[in-house]
Amino acid sequence: MIKLDAKIPEGPLAEKWSRHKRSVKLVNPANKAKLDIILVGTGLTGSAAASSLGELGYNVKAFCFQDSPRRAHSVAAQGGINAAKNYRNDGDSVYRLFYDIIKGGDFRAREANVYRAAEVSNQTIDQLVANGVPFAREYSGYLDNRSFGGVQVSRTFYAKGQTGQQCLLGAYSGLNRQITAGKVTMYPRRDMLDIVIIDGKARGIITRNLVTGEIERHSGHAVVLATGGYGTIYYLSTLALGSNVSAAWAAHKKGALFANPSFIQIHPTSLPQLNDYQCKLTLMSESLRNDGRIWVPKIKGDKRQPNDIPEEDRDYYLERRYPAFGNLVPRDVASRAAKERCDAGFGVGKTGLSVYLDFKDAIKKQGKKAIENKYGNLFEMYHKISGDNPYEVPMRIYPAGHYTMGGLWVDYNLMTTVEGLYAIGEANFSDHGANRLGAGSLMQCSGEGYFILPITIGDYLAGQIKTPRISTDHPEFEVAEKAARDKIKKLMAVNGKQTPTTFHRRLGKIMWDYCGMVRNEEGLKKAAVLVKELEEEFWKDVKVVDTELELNQELEKAGRVADFFGIAKLMIQDALSRKESCGAHFREESQTPDGEAKRIDSEYAYVAAWEYAGDDKPQILHREDLKFENVELKERSYK
Amino acid sequence: MNITLEIWRQKNARSKGKFVTYKLDGVSEEMSFLEMLDYFNKTIVEKGGEPVAFEYDCREGICGCCGLHINGYAHGGAHETTTCELRMTKFKDGDKITIEPWRSRAFPVIKDLIVDRSAFDKILRAGGFITANAGAAPDANAIPIRKVDADEAFDSAVCVGCGACVAACKNSSAMLFVSAKISQFAFLPQGRVEAVQRVQKMVARMDELGFGNCTNTGACEARCPKGIKLTNIARMNREFIGAKLGSQIVRH
Amino acid sequence: MSNITLRYSSLTKKIVMALAGLFLITFLFVHLTVNLMLLFDPTREMFNAGAHFMVTNPVIQFMQIFLFGGILIHIIFGLILQIQNWMARPVGYKVTGWSHTSPFSKFMIHTGIIILIFLTVHIINFFLKAKTGQVNPIQYGDVEYEDMGLLVVDLFKNGGYVIFYVIAMLLLAFHLHHAFQSAFQSLGLNHSKYTPFIKGLSAVVSIVLGLGFMLIPLVVFFSDKF
Repeated sequence: MIKLDAKIPEGPLAEKWSRHKRSVKLVNPANKAKLDIILVGTGLTGSAAASSLGELGYNVKAFCFQDSPRRAHSVAAQGGINAAKNYRNDGDSVYRLFYDIIKGGDFRAREANVYRAAEVSNQTIDQLVANGVPFAREYSGYLDNRSFGGVQVSRTFYAKGQTGQQCLLGAYSGLNRQITAGKVTMYPRRDMLDIVIIDGKARGIITRNLVTGEIERHSGHAVVLATGGYGTIYYLSTLALGSNVSAAWAAHKKGALFANPSFIQIHPTSLPQLNDYQCKLTLMSESLRNDGRIWVPKIKGDKRQPNDIPEEDRDYYLERRYPAFGNLVPRDVASRAAKERCDAGFGVGKTGLSVYLDFKDAIKKQGKKAIENKYGNLFEMYHKISGDNPYEVPMRIYPAGHYTMGGLWVDYNLMTTVEGLYAIGEANFSDHGANRLGAGSLMQCSGEGYFILPITIGDYLAGQIKTPRISTDHPEFEVAEKAARDKIKKLMAVNGKQTPTTFHRRLGKIMWDYCGMVRNEEGLKKAAVLVKELEEEFWKDVKVVDTELELNQELEKAGRVADFFGIAKLMIQDALSRKESCGAHFREESQTPDGEAKRIDSEYAYVAAWEYAGDDKPQILHREDLKFENVELKERSYK
Repeated sequence: MNITLEIWRQKNARSKGKFVTYKLDGVSEEMSFLEMLDYFNKTIVEKGGEPVAFEYDCREGICGCCGLHINGYAHGGAHETTTCELRMTKFKDGDKITIEPWRSRAFPVIKDLIVDRSAFDKILRAGGFITANAGAAPDANAIPIRKVDADEAFDSAVCVGCGACVAACKNSSAMLFVSAKISQFAFLPQGRVEAVQRVQKMVARMDELGFGNCTNTGACEARCPKGIKLTNIARMNREFIGAKLGSQIVRH
Repeated sequence: MSNITLRYSSLTKKIVMALAGLFLITFLFVHLTVNLMLLFDPTREMFNAGAHFMVTNPVIQFMQIFLFGGILIHIIFGLILQIQNWMARPVGYKVTGWSHTSPFSKFMIHTGIIILIFLTVHIINFFLKAKTGQVNPIQYGDVEYEDMGLLVVDLFKNGGYVIFYVIAMLLLAFHLHHAFQSAFQSLGLNHSKYTPFIKGLSAVVSIVLGLGFMLIPLVVFFSDKF
């Protein structure tokens, strides 16, 4: 029987992390060189962790499915990274950042973790600047800040609309330095297929070399997953097409509990779906909402061109509904409001599934040059894809699947329920509760990678110094490798008619319709049946080209889709069991009279951590009750 | 619309490749170029054939994975556009589209249209970093950086490492890529500390990897999807001359 | 020689190419100045005096070592760089689009090789003859010079040679059009303020030198004063 222990240190909130740092066990430098750490995923958090762990002297084996760590989808984060520097003298502080994240997450995150994330945010900015990340600056030469959705201070550091790219390249350069120093060995173009557990401890992984098709064994004293999120469950999402849940899912099947799987953020400002061929929805940074105004026509089905619709016929619905925050309400609120207007028939565009994001007033007030300076590359990107020039006509946007707040359950040390198996960054569930605030993911990812994991992992590894290098000949490696090979054989043996992508697209549609922005019991139950049927069809009719020992992109996709079925079922189960609305999880049965999300703290103030019980069995719920000692639980209002 | 595709097919790094011509019906001009290839692959797989391997990930022009030589141009030749951002509106019914992988000795073909660009990573590992351990950094505002310098550093730092500069250069030179990283750090006080060693190490590594030499033709700049400027190469040359002339002989 | 040069880094080779090239351009200006003297004085006295000076002045003789060194280095480095560039792409593209960059820059090796052929003929025709005393003397007052001018005029009355010469100079101009500004780029001298000027200057240099050299055979051929 698994017992959840978050291992939150004693003491006042503000001192927990520093006390914990003082008390964790240390590994002496000579012993660090004898310890191997496997790190899967080298996006922002993975690269940052690899560089820090390498600097400390551990041997790191780092894996990614791309050809280079620089390609990870952290690269696509646009708007910025938060830190409580209070460079703007606007009353910001670590506590306020902590409070904003807790409130933004609709009180479904762990206080101690969130406070720590806010605390290390300042160090993170220092580190990134030292690594040569060219953040935007004022004429004085000091760093510039902007404000971002869901908060009332300016604490977001940014590098035009490419902050994620610049942060990732910064962390990647640190990783490169450790590769040169011989402390990190990089294994690119590898898919992680399974985790190897020996005597209850994570000791290795099984990978497929995506170029040669070889199945490989790698061992280590600890395994760290930094494998990102699974927003691609919706097929159409803002994520990279390669983003997947497979590594986290393999960990889950081997005993790591999966927390809040149905908490997926739907980002309000993405390009709308234009046609049926589309393979992804491009994100337009939330920062656009600082200057853009969101509206739909007041008249249902108004077919006039946007610039021909006069002010009095425009409904700036966010400003109308949420006068205090206006266009800057948190993402979940903005997304649902857009869906509400479109469902009510006020949507624009060919499909009626989009709303306007208008810069006319901002350009009039600040000048085209100022707007171009802030958003130039985003405007260009929009222009390229849609063919419309956003300097002249309003952008059309619609919500899209984006970020997974849910993920592998971890304790304060970022360890999962499997000993020696860690999860960092988007792959874990820890900091964002039921909804992530803008510019929070880069903050969490780099903080955990640079400053948190490298310290907390020592606490475990200090107990492993007597364990010699793990041999990959251990029978557990045999078993795991055979299972991985069998899965590949099974996929190839189906030899049906439909491509893996066809199934992915169909699965995505089911999940988007019934387990997306708005959920209800009837829909979720229906989705559970549909997903099960689709999964059965998949195993009867999927077509995987039979070239095992070679680069085989269809096989990669098929393996990932097979795992998506698992997480889809778990998401539905999780969404069904949480009969309240909170953050991104909106249950129609639980709303206020004016249509806002209604939390039920008396029953659901917990983290739902699910234990795997078999492929076709419902999973077992474990609750980690959330204690709020430093903030008062209240209705999240942005009015 | 109906189009003809002429695509380089190569089973793996060891085998010899060849061009194969395919007819493709039912292409919509609403597709992106890669969505057209997705659609093409779907038709092949459903007929039991082997799909064309090509690299992609973000599909929004920022990860740098995609890179095809389309009708004679890296990324298809549209201004500051990656292959994934290219739309089928650029083509018309009856067009023949020739798709080739990047061609360079330093970028060997892995399969079909996928090449191995790890040479870029190797160059960066030679010195494309600042030696700053986590925890050692001073406050982020401790060193002011002129806005113009920060902006210039940013403009050089937006390189996505797609390799179009190498693919477009008649000499397969990687100098635009290398100089962009050198320039980024040259503009920042944090990067200046190691500038002398950095430029020499990175240039030496670039030379070892079999890239060609720069003849200042400017094809790289013209094809760069991120608008990296040729001035970066001049800056690298300047840094290099300064490093060679100014550095002291190290005696052990 | 080539083993040593191969060891230099790509940038060193580029920089040496640029320095040698710029040095050769200065020589071309001196050469053109002397050549133009022929047009101003049909008696050839001015030209022959200039040529005499060039052949006998000890400073110029000393500089000749650098001149030939420069030419040699420019050729050798140019060839090595080019061979490396060809080797950098063992499999070419089937379709190559026309990039909108400087057209002259794409044919530097081709124009360079033709200029090298011209140079060889040129050296055999003039320089070697002057150096080995195969040129007839001519008397102006009480000074005597080798009549280099006559050698020139004789050749320039030959239509075929004039065509060869003019084409070579045209290609020289193409070569220089890219070369001059390119040298500045190679030396790291690129600046948003001054580079447009250097590029303009490059065009002027190529036109002045190309046209200047071309003018002489054309005038000599078509005029009866010579």
